Amino acid sequence: MQSKTIVPELAAVEIHGMDRGSFILKGAFAVGAVYGATAVSPFVRQAFAQAGGDVDIVNFALTLEYLEADFYKKGIALGLSAEVEKLATLLGDHEQEHVETLAGTVESLGGTAATEPKFTFPIQDEASFLELAQILEDTGVSAYNGAAPAIESKEVLGAAGSIVQIEARHAAAIRFVNKVSTTPDAFDEALEMQAVLDAVKPFIAA
Amino acid sequence: MSNPEASARSALAELSDDPASRKRFLKQMGGGLAGASALSLFLAACGGSDDESSAGTTTAAGDTGAATTGAAASGGDLEIVNYALTLEYIEADFYAKVIDSGLFSGASLELIKSIGDHEQQHVDALLGTAKSLGEPAAKPETTFPLESADAVLELAATVENLGAAAYLGQAGRIENKEILAAALAIHTVEARHAATLNTLTGKSPTPDGAFAAPASMEDVLPQVMPFIVS
Repeated sequence: MQSKTIVPELAAVEIHGMDRGSFILKGAFAVGAVYGATAVSPFVRQAFAQAGGDVDIVNFALTLEYLEADFYKKGIALGLSAEVEKLATLLGDHEQEHVETLAGTVESLGGTAATEPKFTFPIQDEASFLELAQILEDTGVSAYNGAAPAIESKEVLGAAGSIVQIEARHAAAIRFVNKVSTTPDAFDEALEMQAVLDAVKPFIAA
Repeated sequence: MSNPEASARSALAELSDDPASRKRFLKQMGGGLAGASALSLFLAACGGSDDESSAGTTTAAGDTGAATTGAAASGGDLEIVNYALTLEYIEADFYAKVIDSGLFSGASLELIKSIGDHEQQHVDALLGTAKSLGEPAAKPETTFPLESADAVLELAATVENLGAAAYLGQAGRIENKEILAAALAIHTVEARHAATLNTLTGKSPTPDGAFAAPASMEDVLPQVMPFIVS
């Protein structure tokens, strides 16, 4: 079917969700053009701080981790080569640990953990699995990097940082297997929450 | 907490795994440094940014005092940015020297060049940020053991894992959201480098498991000291 890009919406978001050029710090606060003006202030003051801030962000992360954990389960169920299955199992185990930690974090913040949606992925074989794995892990990195500056609690920020580093390592490991650059740019992109949610919508079955 | 792979570890890795030798090293470096004063001495050792350090007549204690005052006056973010800048200077210099060493060719040379280019871009970005906040850290003179391609890749993996841990260790301390966003964007790139080099050297891309461990300045500084000449 769609051989090159499995999910065009997602690939498009990755590239266009944020102006790459403006994100890279050319001088002092080029990033401020993105975060200062458009993201952080409205994010913090309206969307989050008012409505329980960190709980919403952690539930957002939890949803992404549900998605990733389920994706690896479904990928392994396809029947993968030994090397890829080993990697998929390792990564899937990490995502499951992230799910459990984030669900616990929401509870400890006094919120209610988001329930796991039903997911569906357009993967039929190892090649399509690896292609989508790369997109999901890269998107996960950008999702955390985009949301993290709005986190108020130092503890939650630390946990998010600890997880996003693992997502980045996953992305590199998958890219290594896919024989593409493990680190396509000197600065990883950040995506706003809504862009990420729109991007993963195709994987949520009703 | 220590990684399972215990093969030919560099002195650097040994230092990071062995609290006793780390303490010994800290003592050697300046009589039991701790916390902010370790950074101050570190920055002073890197040449600092003030004029008196180039005169070379001030004592370590004197430099420490001056650097501490400077950092305190300019706020914590400058100190953190200068710390990151110094680490990136070291990394960029490392890859430049590796490229010059002639130990690599072909695809592995291309990878080294690509990683080195990223580190240089980090230097440029952090230098600009430090300038906007105050006085940037000076570029240190560095030295690295470049004996064989295998040893260099091991050292590169160690340095990148340390770099990723160092950024993670500062995330919760950064006050300015724009600087935090920039640090995060660099942090995950260091993590990608680390995973790549780990894979190339036969290690797990995720040696900490599902959650990456942070490293404090106190943990990181003694590990990079051996690479700093002045």
